[in-house]
Amino acid sequence: MTTITVNGKQHQIDADPNMPLLWVIRDIIGLTGTKYGCGVAQCGACVIHLNGDAVRSCVTKLSRAAGQQITTIEGLSKNNDHPIQLAWNEENVPQCGYCHSGQIMSAAVLLRANPDPSDADIGAGMAGNICRCGTYQRIRKAIHLAADLQRKENASK
Amino acid sequence: MKQQLTNKKTYRVSVNAFTVIGVLLLPIVIMAFGLKAGPDVTDLNPPLVKKDSIASVKAFKQVYTVLMSSRCMNCHPAGNIPLQGDDSHLHTMSPQRGIDGKGVYAMKCANCHQATNTPGLHTPPGNPNWHLPPADMKMVFQGRTALQLAKQLIDPKQNGHKDLKKLIAHADDGLVLGGWNPGEGRTLPPMSHAAFKKAWITWLTTGAYAPKKQLKGTNHLTGLP
Repeated sequence: MTTITVNGKQHQIDADPNMPLLWVIRDIIGLTGTKYGCGVAQCGACVIHLNGDAVRSCVTKLSRAAGQQITTIEGLSKNNDHPIQLAWNEENVPQCGYCHSGQIMSAAVLLRANPDPSDADIGAGMAGNICRCGTYQRIRKAIHLAADLQRKENASK
Repeated sequence: MKQQLTNKKTYRVSVNAFTVIGVLLLPIVIMAFGLKAGPDVTDLNPPLVKKDSIASVKAFKQVYTVLMSSRCMNCHPAGNIPLQGDDSHLHTMSPQRGIDGKGVYAMKCANCHQATNTPGLHTPPGNPNWHLPPADMKMVFQGRTALQLAKQLIDPKQNGHKDLKKLIAHADDGLVLGGWNPGEGRTLPPMSHAAFKKAWITWLTTGAYAPKKQLKGTNHLTGLP
């Protein structure tokens, strides 16, 4: 039995410790916002936060998450109002949408570490998230907008 | 009676002589038992260096072929993006070195590279301490000639502040050993770890001589014939 905390809620998982975390999250816990893309850490569709790091859940074993804090797209904000989510909505970023759980989770880590990223910073931070629809320009635009929203939000506090 | 006195005197002389010899031998005996029996050079302090330029250069020729193989060189790139594959192409997704050598933002090495190899072809190899050298000491192998690399390896200002003892111990570093457990579909370095370690220690303990020019018959980019 492995204990993990997903979006603030503790779960006792009765599964092989080598099971990919993606399987645990989707098939056992039932949170299907995180997507399966390639299964070999090449595309970024399955990005979740493990203690704040943007790990790829398709190659991360359940055992690595034992006793750790996991955040999925469902737990990124309480009301879908993380600056990245607001900006994604404002800029109509997704086309088919399949990769965007991972895109948003990666962008959230970027914005936390760098509140005012340049185009080069966005390129460096998002290069591992692939979008077959080619929404990269809108992704970049939305991250700049999210940085503005975050600044305004912090200024109003 | 006289005979008895003489015997007693002889006995006292003998006792005194043994005491003196014993006191003199004591530190030697203690030292002998203090040293380990095996030829483990990592325990020598200071490491024993017996200069031999010919043996040293010969050993470095072997060392160089390993360090310039893709398993070692791929994480010692000239730029800030690691290399990948047996042909040492730039790592797909262009992950950046970062300040600590462990990546940036959502592109940290450990986000994909787990503590152990992920099973299957084209999956990320693993190690608990996966990283590049840090930005302030890049320890570049790619493109170095044998002469340049040999000088760099023994310069503490370029080798991660390692002295001779730490350099010798580095042969057994977990990430170095990982080169011989690269995951499926990746070519091993050109010799066993034991042979590499032997050549590495020989090179260092014979004076760490650098070859005067590019090693004959090797490509300076890959180190391979």
